[in-house]
Amino acid sequence: MAYSGLRIIKEALSGHRGWKPAWRDPEPKAHYDIVIVGGGGHGLATAYYLASRYQTARVAVLEKGWIGGGNVGRNTTIVRSNYLLDGNQAFYNLSLRMWEDLEQDLNYNAMVSQRGILNLVHTDAQRDAARRRGNAMILAGDDAELLDTDGVRALYPFLNFENARFPIKGGLLHRRGGTVRHDAVAWGYARGADRRGVDIIQNCEVTGFKVENGTCLGVETTRGFIGAGKVGVAVAGSSSRVMQMAGLRLPIESHVLQAFVSEGLKPVIPGVITYGAGHFYCSQSDKGGLVFGGDIDMYNTYAQRGNLPVVEDVLESGISLIPALGRVRLLRSWGGIMDMSMDGSPFIDRTPIDGLYFNGGWCYGGFKATPASGLCFAHLMATDTPHEVAQAYRLDRFRSGHMIDEKGQGAQPNLH
Amino acid sequence: MMIDHPLLGLRDAQEFTYLGDASLIDRPDWQAEDAQDAFHDYLYLRDNPAGAHRELWFHETGDRSWLVVTRNTLTHEITKVELARDVARARGRSK
Repeated sequence: MAYSGLRIIKEALSGHRGWKPAWRDPEPKAHYDIVIVGGGGHGLATAYYLASRYQTARVAVLEKGWIGGGNVGRNTTIVRSNYLLDGNQAFYNLSLRMWEDLEQDLNYNAMVSQRGILNLVHTDAQRDAARRRGNAMILAGDDAELLDTDGVRALYPFLNFENARFPIKGGLLHRRGGTVRHDAVAWGYARGADRRGVDIIQNCEVTGFKVENGTCLGVETTRGFIGAGKVGVAVAGSSSRVMQMAGLRLPIESHVLQAFVSEGLKPVIPGVITYGAGHFYCSQSDKGGLVFGGDIDMYNTYAQRGNLPVVEDVLESGISLIPALGRVRLLRSWGGIMDMSMDGSPFIDRTPIDGLYFNGGWCYGGFKATPASGLCFAHLMATDTPHEVAQAYRLDRFRSGHMIDEKGQGAQPNLH
Repeated sequence: MMIDHPLLGLRDAQEFTYLGDASLIDRPDWQAEDAQDAFHDYLYLRDNPAGAHRELWFHETGDRSWLVVTRNTLTHEITKVELARDVARARGRSK
């Protein structure tokens, strides 16, 4: 059943009795060609592209809880393509272009809103770095525009321009960046995959891998053994825990990132603003709440909650940038568990076990990568060769020295 | 979080900087045959357990000692705090 304006009118006139569930609730079969572990954004996108672009029959997505209940439902919904390094540029460029076509492709309203992302600069050195990044973005086919103070003032007159320590000297504006309704991304991919025959199996936790002679033959689950020609793991946040069941240690630590939303306000922040002098970023949801966040808590954790010093730090940064925030009441805060990789970049790769594939290490940037991650992971599993834009995301890159340190800060999670 | 410093008593975790898994104390032998593999694993791979985790914390704004803290990564409960110096010496490291 395709969604359309006409359909809404038709349903409205007939008492909305014709809507069907957006996806089925099938029983797991004994064997699939490809099993995806993890029903988050990346797992569902992978299944969708396997079915729609790579004509793979018999695909299942196994989800421990309910789909979209993990990080795809816990992030701050920002999409962008403002990367500097070769390994990243083509990938995020593709991802942003896929966001632009996503709703038509899925026939689902994901509320893609290219409202623009502004990275503020506060010093001459930061302006030089922004100019360099902007030029790199333009060369890679993305958009960037360097604004001076007046340019920023025209967009956001309420910022703290005259701060004695961190005056706002301008900003790098990425107009095609913006926000997307995060839950709708999971639901849209789930519906699209389901319509193409993918079995989405919820409440089905993987408890082990069946590996014989170095080949993965399927997964043990709380709903019995499920055989598979190939198994793809996309469980960012819990990657180490799941891959440990296959005997693999990963270059990943799990950390918590906290996010916050205020009470609903009238429209005040049209785009996304990031602070250059502290780790703080802010946008306004379509419901009116200001959505913002900052740094990770900096210690290993699997608890989906953080500690108060980081809350204080984020709010201090926010108020020093937007003094008016001091009058806004915080509605709620939450934490999501991040796969923090050693260089701050992700993995989409085979593993030493035949038939077992891994997608993870997204740090706190997994949401914007969802479409390209799904496509590249599907490509890898369907063809056994890496997609051309994801060749750098190898699991063994630390061994060969090919790290992708986008922030230039060194190989350790607490630096990113 | 509060960390029960062996010398100073309960201190706010905010006074500390976190480094990571306490296995970083066990630096591989650079002259060993397999040094390249051992250093790769030492530098980049982590157990990253859900549950009890032994980890290094540096009392940066305090007495600048390194601690080995045993903390549950699911609940944040801290069950043991040792001076990293004592841990390293017990393993035969350092003079």
